[in-house]
Order: sequence, then C-alpha cells, then structure tokens
Amino acid sequence: MTLNHYLILGAILFSIGVVGVLTRRNAIIIYMSIELMLNAVNLTLIAFSRYLNDLDGHIFALMIMTVAAAEAAVGLAIIISLFRSKESVNVDDFNILKG
Amino acid sequence: MQLLIFSVFAAGAIIFSLIMITNNRSVVSAMSMVGTMFCLAALYVLLDAHLLAALQIIVYAGTIMVLFLFVIMLLNLREKEGVGAVAEHNIFFQFGGILIIGYLFIKVVGAIRESLPSGTVSVGRDFGTVSAVGKVLFTDYLLPFEVASILLLAAVVGAVILARNIKRKDA
Repeated sequence: MTLNHYLILGAILFSIGVVGVLTRRNAIIIYMSIELMLNAVNLTLIAFSRYLNDLDGHIFALMIMTVAAAEAAVGLAIIISLFRSKESVNVDDFNILKG
Repeated sequence: MQLLIFSVFAAGAIIFSLIMITNNRSVVSAMSMVGTMFCLAALYVLLDAHLLAALQIIVYAGTIMVLFLFVIMLLNLREKEGVGAVAEHNIFFQFGGILIIGYLFIKVVGAIRESLPSGTVSVGRDFGTVSAVGKVLFTDYLLPFEVASILLLAAVVGAVILARNIKRKDA
C-alpha cells in the first residue's frame, strides 16, 4: 500500500465528479457530483496527511466537510426556490441571467 | 491484506459513483452517493483517520443525504420531465470538456507516478484519534474553527431566507 494508490483513486473520483457536472442536466445530481469532487479532494488530503505523518491534513479535511455541509444547505434552498418559480430543476431552463 | 481491503472499497467507491452519475432516477443516485461515502469512510479507517471516518458517516451519510432525499421528495419530480436526460444541443462543449479533463487526469497521474517517493510510513498509535486531532484543532487552528462556526450560522440564515415562501403582491 503506497500513497500513489490513494492519489490515483482520488483523481479517478474527481474525474467522475467532473463528468457528472458536465453531462447531467438535473441540478440535484450536479450538486451530488460536486459533493463527490469535494470528497475526492478530502481523500487526497487525508492520504497525504497519513504518509507525511502530519495531522494538518485532517484539519483541512474537517474544514472542507464544514464548507460542504453549508454549501449543501444553501444550494438545496436555491434549488427549491428556483423550482418554485420555474417548476423545473433542469439547468437548461434557467437562463434568466443571460443578457 | 491491506491491499485487498483497499481494492474492495476503492472498486466500490468507483462503481457507486458511476451509478450515481449515470442513473436516471434521483433517489437511486442519492443512495449510490451514500454507498460512495461509506466506501470512502472505510478507506479513511485504513488511513488511520478514525475521527474523520466517523464524521464522514455522520455528516455525509446522515445529514447531507437526508437533506438531498428531502428535497427530492419535496419536489416530487416525474420521469417525463426529462430530468435524467443529457442535454442535446451543446454536446460538443460537453465532450470537449470531458476530453480536457481526461488529458488533465492522465497528466496528473503521470506526474504523480514519477515524482513521489513510495513506501510505507509508520505513525504513532494516537494518529488521527479524537484527542490528537482535537489537540491540533483547538491550539494551532483555533481561529479557523471559530470562523467555521460563523460560516455555518451564515449558511443557516441564508438557507432559511432563500427557502422561505415569499408572498407576492400580484399572486
């Protein structure tokens, strides 16, 4: 077991998350993909922390979890209020900021 | 033995996340995301991050997932609305983006392979436990900890204001 295994797994999960964000049109699933990308970064940080024998990476991962929780709460509230006005969660329907 | 455990949970995480981004039903996607989070928590245990593994399950599989399921239930989306569909028109840009990400991915993996020293590192017995992480969190990182609490308060206020049912005059 080496650090490389974890880094490659983190890169794979991050790429899957990016593909999800780019290809899906459902706003909820886009949010899930963003959470997946945050988790891939967490895995990388914790792996580095373990193999450098330094607990700072754990603190960073903890902060990322906090930000992810706050982001999920606000983001889902935004999705609810968008659904109220447009009756849809398809991101192609939301172009009200287009000039 | 460690490699076997790693392989099982890494494969689980990848398979669950692939199900998550390909399935048409939102509930199935949410459940696959729970599976991914559990696999990642197992990998954190393998990395001696015991506190973070517990937090991962509590925060993601518990809190965030309940929030997602509530929203899916509340919006009550039907299949015919095409919420699972991949957009047709700007498909060129999507595939361009995926190609660029794939290139980035290959470059990152290649750079990692040739640069990093590999091998095992031994850590102390209390690495990643509640007391060790808590000691670092409440001494060196006390200010970020307090700022995080303000961030959470702001998120609560923002979510309440955004999701509040505003009565319109013209309605």
